[in-house]
Amino acid sequence: MEKTKRSLLKNQGFQSFIASIICILLGLLIGYIVLLFINAEGATQAILVIIKNFFKYPSAGAAMKYFGSTLVKASPLLLCSLSVLFAYKAGLFNIGAAGQYCFGAGICLYCALSLRLPWFVCMVFAMLGGALLGIISGFLKSFCNVNEVISGIMLNWISLYTVNTLLAPVKEETSHYTLNIYNVNTDAMLPKLGLDKLFTNNQYVTLALPLSVIVAIVIWIILEKTKLGFELRATGLNKNAARYCGMAERTNTILTLAISGALAAMGASLFYLTGYEQWSVTSSSVPAMGFNGIAAAFLGGLSPIGAIFSSFFIQHITEGGAYVDKTKYCSQISDLISSIIIYLCGFVLFMKTFMNNMIRKSELKKGGNE
Amino acid sequence: MDIEYAVEMRNITKEFPGIIANDDITLQLKKGEIHALLGENGAGKSTLMSVLFGLYKPEKGQILMNGKEVNIKDPNDANALGIGMVHQHFKLVECFTVLDNIILGTEPVKNGFLNKKDARSKILELSDRYSLKVDPDAIIDNISVGMQQRTEILKMLYRENEVLIFDEPTAVLTPQEIDELMGIMKNLSKEGKSILFISHKLNEIMAVADRCTVLRKGKCIGTVDVANTTKEELSRMMVGRDVEFVVQKKDPDIGDTVLKVEHLCVADRHKGLKAVNDVSFEVRKGEIVCIAGIDGNGQSELAYGLSGLEKTTGGKIFLNGRDITHESIRERSIGGLSHIPEDRHKHGLVLDYPLDYNMVLQRYFEKEFTGKNGFLKKKNIQKYASRLIEEYDVRTGQGTETITRSMSGGNQQKAIIAREVDRDPSLLLAVQPTRGLDVGAIESIHKRIVELRDSGKAVLLISLEMDEVMSLSDRILVMYEGQLVGELDPKKTTPEELGLYMSGAKNNLKEGA
Ligand SMILES: Nc1ncnc2c1ncn2[C@@H]1O[C@H](COP(=O)(O)OP(=O)(O)OP(=O)(O)O)[C@@H](O)[C@H]1O
Ligand SMILES: [Mg+2]
Repeated sequence: MEKTKRSLLKNQGFQSFIASIICILLGLLIGYIVLLFINAEGATQAILVIIKNFFKYPSAGAAMKYFGSTLVKASPLLLCSLSVLFAYKAGLFNIGAAGQYCFGAGICLYCALSLRLPWFVCMVFAMLGGALLGIISGFLKSFCNVNEVISGIMLNWISLYTVNTLLAPVKEETSHYTLNIYNVNTDAMLPKLGLDKLFTNNQYVTLALPLSVIVAIVIWIILEKTKLGFELRATGLNKNAARYCGMAERTNTILTLAISGALAAMGASLFYLTGYEQWSVTSSSVPAMGFNGIAAAFLGGLSPIGAIFSSFFIQHITEGGAYVDKTKYCSQISDLISSIIIYLCGFVLFMKTFMNNMIRKSELKKGGNE
Repeated sequence: MDIEYAVEMRNITKEFPGIIANDDITLQLKKGEIHALLGENGAGKSTLMSVLFGLYKPEKGQILMNGKEVNIKDPNDANALGIGMVHQHFKLVECFTVLDNIILGTEPVKNGFLNKKDARSKILELSDRYSLKVDPDAIIDNISVGMQQRTEILKMLYRENEVLIFDEPTAVLTPQEIDELMGIMKNLSKEGKSILFISHKLNEIMAVADRCTVLRKGKCIGTVDVANTTKEELSRMMVGRDVEFVVQKKDPDIGDTVLKVEHLCVADRHKGLKAVNDVSFEVRKGEIVCIAGIDGNGQSELAYGLSGLEKTTGGKIFLNGRDITHESIRERSIGGLSHIPEDRHKHGLVLDYPLDYNMVLQRYFEKEFTGKNGFLKKKNIQKYASRLIEEYDVRTGQGTETITRSMSGGNQQKAIIAREVDRDPSLLLAVQPTRGLDVGAIESIHKRIVELRDSGKAVLLISLEMDEVMSLSDRILVMYEGQLVGELDPKKTTPEELGLYMSGAKNNLKEGA
């Protein structure tokens, strides 16, 4: 009995799971403390609102509808976290996911609004664009020894301003937002497959939802079952051994970042082609989605399957944050709280190591008493 | 009553998934003695020492120091009790300097500032006194395994530990360094330090140890006084059968040239000098050519140059008549070059992969293991790995699915040898292939290498081991300061003469080759 319990505690997957849960709770606790500081009176209610998110609607229909909205934004987040973890497995830190996501958004909107292309063509072009950014980073890393983090951050800014410029001609006359796809080119909108009915006519629930889950499974299969995955993981685990056995280091670096970039950009098209949000051509920073992808990747224990759940959770918290009573808190509160929680989620690896040490220590203690 | 023992480990049992690494082992270390620990690869020696050093918690048993029971929770406790350990695979911070590694954990502080000056002079003094040559400012990543070893030993001496554990310290040292280390250990024991010494080399145990405890498959076979025993008896206790120490081989049947090296130069990555300087030689079918030399005379770089891990800066390499000087590592490997690397952890293995993946590390892309669709054929991989595990007697806890990191050092090495020899290469480049193997395993690996040669393959062996060089090779080339300085026939030369060439005192190839 004692034995099974201990070996469960030592199981890698289980450890990741527990570590993730602890980080979530810690994040919520700290978020709560911050709320207490700002305004003690409403804190308890506010944190509950965040956790509840769509459950706060009493009618099942409304709850379902807003559950749908959370899912709409969870899909791109999932793709971003897949982008980050895929690169991470090969020993690369793709902080450029944010820029690749931004670039993907720009390209798919341009294709949809200006070129009036159908949705899958928009998506393919976006993915090519994201891949291009990845290739640039990979190329710089392989041939000029430029760290992918540095080039990623630079490319984030470059993509932001490129996209703002690119989309300026297709913005609404009266605002700084791009045109509504719905009015311009319905062919560019992702097919709904009847999913909208399932979520009380939430028109934004589309193909993106099942597609993102399928992509997660595909990525898992690539990493675990294919030759490519074998090479990438070997490179991530021991670069020198990968070189010794003749794996093409440079090609693999470039290929990894290309795939990674395509994933992030695909995430963007899965979001912007639902029409849920329009792009503001005066944006002064890249969407947070790519960065949140990093947190989601770690919270999901760097497993594509784990990422499905962690992405949903992070989006759940973010959406919930929007419901906080704005008369008691300033309007940025929701962002503040959800980012505290999200960033704590990034500590999962740290938490895991910490837990391992604790387990060992307690075992040794027991040993002493025997 | 028991005070004569510095350390007493009583009835220690330690299990790992699928294997009992230590099964009710009792070990008594007298004060001031050198106590050897002998056993096959995977017998449980490192595990037992890790228990003493607080790295593993045993399921059963107790540890006494100076007659009092102690509770060693982690290496810090061990340190506080004066126990130091040099690990089989070093635990140095790769991007730190030698000096920083030695003082790590006991950094000297003066007025809140790190005071490296005193530390440096203490280290230099120690390094001088025990003739452990190190460059305190070199980065670990850039220095030879031998110097890393010396750094580890200095670290223990620096901390003034009383009980010293040496886990296979001599596996990576040159014969001269080994002699020196033996002297150092004797001195230390005279100074009253108690030493636990793991080695697979029976000569060393006979030379320095007072007593020897033999383990086999996790069980304690017995403790003997070294003065009253012989090498043969020790190896019989350890393996359970008689072991042949001399390699049996017939005269070589030499054929065409397989490897031809012309005026090869390889740069020293860190000093910008030529580590390999204008080296020319040939290896033909059916012969074992051995590059002998003292560690750090360019042998490692020669191997890097031949395998493609390092770019050559001059000269040409031909394999089976094809110019491979500018070919990639993969092209060379497919072209028939097998490489047992010097550093098994850095290059040889992906430690966090299961064993079967490591077994196909050089072949995973072949039709047998990867389908046309790019999917790995896990079943075939497992089947192939199982065969190698069986044939080469690689001992594991969980068969093909064992995480390679958890295997004993010797068994990791056997896995690499299995992988490289089984590829049926036209040239086997073996760098220190038997490092860390027990006598039984060495015997069988030597047999494999001779078989390979008899089947008409070429073998280029780079070894620091005098015995291995003398008994295995058909022709000896001696390397000194990046150049070949001698070509010798092992049948006609003596270890003493070889020694003279290795130290640069003699040269029979004056103008290069
Ligand atoms: N951390 C671990 N997890 C699982 N199994 C382990 C672990 N460490 C060691 N083992 C297993 O315990 C056995 C004993 O290993 P150990 O390293 O003590 O052998 P050893 O006597 O030092 O051998 P060598 O001479 O090859 O170094 C081996 O079969 C090994 O696979
Ligand atoms: Mg060992």
